Amino acid sequence: MSPVLFELLLRSIWETVLMTGASALISLVFGLPLGLALVATDRGGIAESLWVNRSLGAIINGFRSVPFIILLVALIPVTRLIVGTSIGTWAAIVPLSIAATPYYARIAEVSLREVDHGLIEAARAMGGNRWTIIREVLVPEALPGIVAGFTVTLVTLVGASAMAGAIGAGGLGDLAIRYGYQRFETSVMVAVVVVLIVLVCGIQWIGDRLVARLDHRG
Amino acid sequence: MNQHVTAQRADPVHIQPTGREDVIRLAGLKRRFGATPALDGVSLTVQKGEILGIIGRSGAGKSTLIRCLNGLERADSGEVFIEGREIGRLSERELQPLRRRIGMVFQHFNLLSAKTVEENVALPLKIEGRPRAERLARAAELLQLVGLSEKAKAYPASLSGGQKQRVGIARALAARPALLLSDEATSALDPETTRSILALLKDINSRLGLTILLITHEMEVIRSIADRVAVIDAGRIVEEGAVWQVFANPKSEITRSLLSSIRPQLPPEIATRLVPGEGAETILRIDVAGETARGALLSDLAAAVPGQFRLVQGGVDHVQGQPVGTLFLAVAGAEATHLARVTTFLNDRGARVEVLGHVAGLV
Repeated sequence: MSPVLFELLLRSIWETVLMTGASALISLVFGLPLGLALVATDRGGIAESLWVNRSLGAIINGFRSVPFIILLVALIPVTRLIVGTSIGTWAAIVPLSIAATPYYARIAEVSLREVDHGLIEAARAMGGNRWTIIREVLVPEALPGIVAGFTVTLVTLVGASAMAGAIGAGGLGDLAIRYGYQRFETSVMVAVVVVLIVLVCGIQWIGDRLVARLDHRG
Repeated sequence: MNQHVTAQRADPVHIQPTGREDVIRLAGLKRRFGATPALDGVSLTVQKGEILGIIGRSGAGKSTLIRCLNGLERADSGEVFIEGREIGRLSERELQPLRRRIGMVFQHFNLLSAKTVEENVALPLKIEGRPRAERLARAAELLQLVGLSEKAKAYPASLSGGQKQRVGIARALAARPALLLSDEATSALDPETTRSILALLKDINSRLGLTILLITHEMEVIRSIADRVAVIDAGRIVEEGAVWQVFANPKSEITRSLLSSIRPQLPPEIATRLVPGEGAETILRIDVAGETARGALLSDLAAAVPGQFRLVQGGVDHVQGQPVGTLFLAVAGAEATHLARVTTFLNDRGARVEVLGHVAGLV
């Protein structure tokens, strides 16, 4: 592999890490409260409101049912509004975040829903309010699942970011298509695949370690 | 201070005068789920410092009742007074400071798995907004009380069932409650652990003067620690009184049935051979309590009424320091006048006698 290609590979790794990391963080920041809202507003939840619950659910399902490549293109005006441009790595973070947020919200919802209802009742019996229940019970008890779900989201985003090349965002997927596939640079293709495997395994390993440390359920 | 202000504001304008020492007073409490009434007009009082046990079969309404006391469940009608305050009309927010006056212990412990033992115990104080140093000091004190000081930094998953319930009790006491509610606290524990947990509750009751209301389906629990018992069936209190008196003289069928697990019963091999009318022997059931049980009842009987008496089954138990016993006596013969003399003698001595039937030959 030529020094030029090698430099290109390094830049692509950085672009992928940036896109994945930034959109994953954004999806965590918005997806976790959304997941909490879904659990809290559901029947028997701590802030039961079926109307809000159904509406939120419908919006989330709507976003989740659009294929990412379509979302990427459809969101161009929104991206331009937020980032100022519709091309490049930063521009890709907008559709990636918007796709990952409802995805993560559903994953967080599953973990939060598994928290034993008796624990919520115990917190209520101690005189705790909703905020106490969220802060002391729901989130800490669901934390292993919340972290495991975040790992899954990160890995999914590594894959999704490959498509972001379509709007000139760069990244490893883009490199593999343009050099490895279209220009028959087998060494680039192999390098990209190896890097992606290492990246995904690394994320998963760290995620698993973190979950094991956080999980005290025995 | 802040909490005090909130409590003041939450107070209904009309403070209902109740008996000074009533921690709980329920009046005509009703709650139905769909068509089935879970509570069908429950009225009772719990006085300061006493242990009231509420016993009933599953589905009798026990859980609904205990959950009405801290507002986890709302009654459809009727009134719940806690320390003289009616809580039925309080909002969820107004209930929160009140709940801090009421500790609750659960059947399945409900400890937070992500928190250490001391963090679990300190949680009610964290909810109250107490500083960390004070919380940890109080947690240490309570863990000492329940004998788990060395487990302060452990997570609940590493504890045994009995240890978990000790942590649950310590947590319930953290905010210095006026009342402790125990929701089947020993039902998930083995008999030996049950005994130690009950001893702990009794100890807390006598040392701190804490009022305890417990619900259970086991008469053994009532027998060990309750001062008074209320029997609930189909959402109604069917019987209520001092434990030894209810044990000595159960009035309702449901109480008798619940008592059958811990009171002497006629062995089935005799019970199945009982016939009415004639037989070589007559089987009597004699219930004695208090003074009657302390006296020399059987030798006096033998001296007063000639004839043969045989004890086939029985025992005297001590409940709240009072002897409570049931004896099954086989009396030779089945002659009506003879039996009448025996019965009259025993009745005169304060025993309750029931002729169960006759057996053809010796058993």
